[in-house]
Amino acid sequence: MFQFTSALAGMGLMLTVLYPAAAEETRSWDEISVAARGQTVYFNAWAGDPQTNAFIAWVGDLASKRHGVTVEHAKLKDTAEAVTRVVAEKAAGRNSGGSVDLIWVNGPNFLSMKNQGLLFGPFAEKLPNWRYVDTEKKPSNLVDFTVPVEGNAVPWRMAQVVFLYDEAHTPPSTIPKSVPALLGWAKANPGRLTHPTVRDFLGATFLKQALYELTPDHGVLQSPATDDNFTKATAPLWTWYDALRPHLWRAGREFPATGTAQIQLLNDGEISLAISFNPADAAVSIKKGTLPESARVYVLDKGTIGNTSFVAIPYNAANKEAAMVVANLLLEPEVQAQAQDPKWIGSFTVLDFEKLSPEQRKLFDRPADAVGLPTNAELGTSLPEPHPSWMIRIVDEWERRYSN
Amino acid sequence: MLLRLAPALTLLVLGAPIVLGLAWTLLPAFGYFPAIGGTGLTLEPWRVLFASPGFNRALLLTLTTGIGTAVLALLAATSFCAMTAHHPSVLRLRSALPPLLASPPSAMALGFAFVIMPSGWLVRLVSPWATGLDRPPIGLVTVQDPLGLSLIGGLLLKEVPYLVLVIFAASGQVPVERTLAAARALGQRPATAWLKAVFPQVYPQIRLPVFAVLAFSLSVVDVALILAPGNPPPLAVLATRWFSNYDLSLYYPAAAAASLQLVLVIFGVIAWLAMERTATVLGHRWIERGGRSRIAQGFTVIAGSTTIALGALGIVALGSMALWSVAGAWRFPDALPETWQLSMWRTQANPIGGAAEATAVIGLASVAVAAVLTLACLENEQRHGIRPGLTALWLLYLPLLVPQIAFLFGVQVALIRLGLDGTLFAVAWAHLVFVLPYVFLTLADPFRTLDPRYAVSAAALGAGKWRVFFAVKLPLLTRPFLVACAVGFAVSVGQYLPTLFAGAGRIATLTTEAVTLSSGGDRRILGIYAVLQTALPLLGYGLALWLPRLLFRRFRGLA
Repeated sequence: MFQFTSALAGMGLMLTVLYPAAAEETRSWDEISVAARGQTVYFNAWAGDPQTNAFIAWVGDLASKRHGVTVEHAKLKDTAEAVTRVVAEKAAGRNSGGSVDLIWVNGPNFLSMKNQGLLFGPFAEKLPNWRYVDTEKKPSNLVDFTVPVEGNAVPWRMAQVVFLYDEAHTPPSTIPKSVPALLGWAKANPGRLTHPTVRDFLGATFLKQALYELTPDHGVLQSPATDDNFTKATAPLWTWYDALRPHLWRAGREFPATGTAQIQLLNDGEISLAISFNPADAAVSIKKGTLPESARVYVLDKGTIGNTSFVAIPYNAANKEAAMVVANLLLEPEVQAQAQDPKWIGSFTVLDFEKLSPEQRKLFDRPADAVGLPTNAELGTSLPEPHPSWMIRIVDEWERRYSN
Repeated sequence: MLLRLAPALTLLVLGAPIVLGLAWTLLPAFGYFPAIGGTGLTLEPWRVLFASPGFNRALLLTLTTGIGTAVLALLAATSFCAMTAHHPSVLRLRSALPPLLASPPSAMALGFAFVIMPSGWLVRLVSPWATGLDRPPIGLVTVQDPLGLSLIGGLLLKEVPYLVLVIFAASGQVPVERTLAAARALGQRPATAWLKAVFPQVYPQIRLPVFAVLAFSLSVVDVALILAPGNPPPLAVLATRWFSNYDLSLYYPAAAAASLQLVLVIFGVIAWLAMERTATVLGHRWIERGGRSRIAQGFTVIAGSTTIALGALGIVALGSMALWSVAGAWRFPDALPETWQLSMWRTQANPIGGAAEATAVIGLASVAVAAVLTLACLENEQRHGIRPGLTALWLLYLPLLVPQIAFLFGVQVALIRLGLDGTLFAVAWAHLVFVLPYVFLTLADPFRTLDPRYAVSAAALGAGKWRVFFAVKLPLLTRPFLVACAVGFAVSVGQYLPTLFAGAGRIATLTTEAVTLSSGGDRRILGIYAVLQTALPLLGYGLALWLPRLLFRRFRGLA
């Protein structure tokens, strides 16, 4: 349910085009919030999920009541739509008064905007609610895919790889809890495992997750991939994948286009296991009715990759002050708690419980009727995202090997 | 006087966005795109395109599915019309046309995919009692097959009804009954009589719409995303994938792919013209030889019946989406939903209201302008005896030939420069670019082939030029005119990318809501929007097919 774009090839080219960063925010928060009053924020966010849309509408109501800021949800199918709009505005010379005020980004889209000088900031640490953000135990709040965020974006929801299954069809005792076990499981259950296409972020993550466990030294993943270390580090991955692919759904020749398309296959019964980036996906999908009551999630024994979703402000945004007010509101403990409720979007918080008061902490108590929601202990510590160059090369290599 | 300006105005309205759009496609295809750092000219984008994995297969797939769809669509529509020409009872099947025409292609494709997929409705209907399956079968490939057969099927569901409609509209200009009576008197069987005597008169009128079908099938994206194989996909999908990528450097090969797409469509039309020539020679020989053509009769009846089955499949596909909109849990192998709900409709009521209104306003505005411009151009052409040049025709065609995503970036940049982005006006204009060609293509041939003796007689009786236009031509053309408007309206309702780009993401229509929600993959919500997206144009088609009967009850030939 997280929005990521499709293909990944060739990001290296983009990284070479560097533009100077936009100006830092220097005004006081009081000045900013006074200026924000009466402004309208066009919040560009992926809108594929009615629950998330309803949550953004709720945040909008709160912003209007508390801060006199109107929030309009510019609904995106793909985050890149908003990125190209900013590019178009830059091409047309509109360097202020832009149409995108706030944008939900992470990973490659964030990096692309940062490297093209399309972001406003740094401003994140200016926000009063920044003090609640977990900057120690959740390192992905500060470093997105090994690239420092440097205050150019504000974290608002956590993501971690989990696998979804249906208890009614697949007894918990039989689920594969390691990457090598996935291969054995797929052989025993041919056609019942797939992953989103590797051009989709989540599909690429499936391979990255496998690489983490299969590569002899995963420390190398934290530095850029080179011709030399890539071949060596990924050799076991391709051996594993060559063995796995014939046993995948559609014999590994077609893949669902997105994570949600994959979950639909799980609901249709075509597959039995599905990867997801939202630990609350089973709980939320049960509430939505898109998965049966018996849907559950689990993580692999050696841990799974995690990252953070951010909001950022384009360099030419027309309503930067109000955008900052909304970004700050997203970090409000009660808003984070609402987001974590599976009736809403079930996204795990970016805040540090130790920085919250006991009353604030109570807001995050898990609902008694939450079915399929994992505990933090069950999730364990998440693994850091590899350097983006690994994903680019993995996707290129996958295309080269399997696209013909 | 004003009339003389019509062609110029039309070309401006249409031409400005096209020229800008094309420039922003062709320049990046050769490496020029200063906004992201491309300032020199290079062939690198083409090298990247040709070297991309699976490129050859993608190209082949595009050509086979594109041309295959157009050929099959024409065959199916023709045989259906030939078969039904003599059966007034079968003609009632015409009432199945509006929903098939009105539904957006992507909604139809989603429904079609659900019906035929291994865990889909057809398998559910026979499981587990006949198949013994309580899980969907493995190894059954019915959607996204490597040959693109399901893509062709999904496209035919939309294209055949369109061509049937165009043939009906064009038949109004041909003395069908007399011709058929004569052919029958010469001993022809019913269907072959239509094929031999009526079709040659109808075909020149529907040639442009056939080209539109060809261009659409070659460059379709939304249907292909659902039904075409993804590994590799058709060329237009490949271009879209790159265009909508966060990696901005992929804009260059994407632009090259879009330019190649344009070449493919031109190649497709040329290939079609060559096939047409051969078919004409063979057809002439066949007709002149006479004979009863028993085999052709049989073939036509089989093809026509297949077409009817295809239409039924389309209705079932739409029905399945309607059913999903009120389904609770509906899992394999249940033939019908296990639980039902209306809560989705309730929670969507708010966004739906505003979106439906915007959709109607934009659709009506763009169709009104398109209709006025089309009639003005055609009337001007007739009064001054102008035969429109090939250039004008191609220009009119360009919006249908260039993949939208390539074309719209330049439009977006221009709108931002003019400060018009995010306005209803801009969105209606962007829609007009795609609506106008369809309205023009649907109306031009009936208008041009209208028997000039009507106008001459009216003029001889002393009617002025405008009176002839309003009192004689327009009433005679009511049916094709309304059909053209309905086609235009449906085209407008279905627009996604133009709305998105011109509306700066701020103007929500039923289609933009549907497409954004479709990335969430909940069939129940998609079902709601499929119903709504079909309902609105359906009103238009309903009016176009029934209004003439109401208006001209006393004039049988017009109704």
